[in-house]
Amino acid sequence: MLRFIVRRLLLTIPLLVGISLISFLMIHLAPGGPISIATDLNPRATADARARLEKYYGLDRPLHVQYARWLERMATLDFGDSFSPDGRPVAQKIRERIPITLTINVLSMGLILLVAIPIGIYSAVHRGSLFDRASTVFVFTGFSIPTFWLALLLMILFGVKLGWLPISGIGSLDYQSLGLAGKIADRARHLLLPVLLAGFSGLAGMSRYMRSNMLEVIRQDYIASARAKGLPERKVVYRHAMRNAVLPVITILGLSVPDLLGGSVIFETIFAIPGMGQLFYQGVMSRDYPLIMGILTIGAFLTLLGNLLADVGYALADPRIRQG
Amino acid sequence: MSGPLLAIRDLRVDFATEKGTVRALFGVSLSIDPGETVGLVGESGCGKSVTALSILRLLPSPPAIVRGGEILLRGENLLDLPEKRMCEVRGKAVSMIFQEPMTSLNPVLTVGEQVAEVFTAHRECGRREAAARAVSWLGKVRMPDPERRAREYPHQMSGGMRQRAMIATALALEPSLLIADEPTTALDVTIQAQIMALLQEMRERERMAVLLITHDLGVVHDFADRTAIMYLGRIVEIAPTKGLFSDPIHPYTQGLLASLPGKGTGTARLSSIPGAVPDLSSVPPGCPFADRCPYRQAALDRFRGGADSRDSLGICDREDPPLFEYAPGHFAACHYQRAMRGGGAS
Repeated sequence: MLRFIVRRLLLTIPLLVGISLISFLMIHLAPGGPISIATDLNPRATADARARLEKYYGLDRPLHVQYARWLERMATLDFGDSFSPDGRPVAQKIRERIPITLTINVLSMGLILLVAIPIGIYSAVHRGSLFDRASTVFVFTGFSIPTFWLALLLMILFGVKLGWLPISGIGSLDYQSLGLAGKIADRARHLLLPVLLAGFSGLAGMSRYMRSNMLEVIRQDYIASARAKGLPERKVVYRHAMRNAVLPVITILGLSVPDLLGGSVIFETIFAIPGMGQLFYQGVMSRDYPLIMGILTIGAFLTLLGNLLADVGYALADPRIRQG
Repeated sequence: MSGPLLAIRDLRVDFATEKGTVRALFGVSLSIDPGETVGLVGESGCGKSVTALSILRLLPSPPAIVRGGEILLRGENLLDLPEKRMCEVRGKAVSMIFQEPMTSLNPVLTVGEQVAEVFTAHRECGRREAAARAVSWLGKVRMPDPERRAREYPHQMSGGMRQRAMIATALALEPSLLIADEPTTALDVTIQAQIMALLQEMRERERMAVLLITHDLGVVHDFADRTAIMYLGRIVEIAPTKGLFSDPIHPYTQGLLASLPGKGTGTARLSSIPGAVPDLSSVPPGCPFADRCPYRQAALDRFRGGADSRDSLGICDREDPPLFEYAPGHFAACHYQRAMRGGGAS
């Protein structure tokens, strides 16, 4: 098992290089560049000034040299400095955005699992029942409603009409002056709507997935033989069927690891959340190459890591793979 | 206690499908005495497994609907039992082994756990003792190295070993009736013989009754005290096995026996029953076998050819024949034989 993990980790290195190369080329294919975006509308920017800026950022060199220099720095985990006016290190910019995005995504993912798995299992066990049909309508409503629209409606209801919840940002103006408990409560009030909304829109996929897994498992022969032993239905469902039906969720969880850090642009814009989505969006719009490359590389690494975690997790949970 | 251990009376089961209702059992009656082995033979789809699953009430419902009849276990109608009492019957008074040992065990639980479960489910003992008893039962069914095997998962075992584990589970609480639904169909021929020998040995040691479902007449011949032949959701003939093989009455049984290889007829081709089983969703009235029946077809030919002035077997197309007794315990449902042999009591 340990050898398997080490081998897979080593395999990620060439994959990462390949992914970064493609990303790098794609970014430079996009029209416009950081210099033209920063100077085009400035009447005082001379051709000379542009050339100096290009030289300063190393953009005057051939593309392959730029990539080689980027790769060289990456080898020492140096993401470089942002092209934006503040010129701060990319790693630092990403690091300060991660906690808030991660918090929202982990919470909403937890919410999805907590709600969707029971819904899926119960729907499958009681297929065709009122609950099954009602939950189907409910989860597909969540899936179909545009998130931004529902978000606006909820903001109007809870933020404006009822005045229960703040409608934007992640902290009140007096956040710094609050005690620890107050800070937590304030943060929670700000995150409640975003987390609920993200969870609601994600319910459909997971609950339908659980339902179909469970329906598939329930008609297996070993479920009939478990019943033939005289096990009560409860035990048949929870001991025999559920374990088999939940196994594939491990794969889904592994595959969603990169999503945990990638914020949603629309979401973060609506709720004014300073997260990864917003950072990436700004980076793309200003052609901030080091920042874009940094985020893409982290995303690629997490994707590969997630796949590995899914395989390892599945192997730990399923004896057929563990000993196969 | 005298009287049958299990008595199925006029059991009718339908399946509600998208295309309409399909009748699966048309009033099946069958009884099994304590310690007796009854073979239930028929081709695929004739209702053998549906009969077996109805006894334990394991038919998925929907789509299965029990329309009528009763299933009496020592006089108690299983169809009326609340689900909780039914769980007490399953695996303890009546247990079952299935056709597919490869898929009948849960892949994520060890074989030992799955055998032990039958003890804990019926509150026979605690977990620790259940595990020990599971190992001992695996030994009794000749599982090699039972202690190690109990800790293994189903995928690490061959089909034969898995079927042994299934048998251990089924016998662990010494049921009075074992339903074996094609227990050897999915196994290699040599393993089949081993498993049948094991069942034979267990049957004698535990003195249990066995309902042996199979499409293999050879297995029935060696193993069953009585044999019932099923066709299209009905029992068309039931008799002591010896009598059935020496004097088959129903033309379907006759056809089945004639199609056995190695009967020394010397002809190169095996005989077969012409025609195909009718679609269960549109069964015509009358005898279900009429379309394939040599007697019926001969009568029709004579009538159409003008040799007979009237269709002597017209009744076959109108009435579903009831079972008549031709010899002690030997029942068959055939209008032709009833007319030819006469006698018999219904």
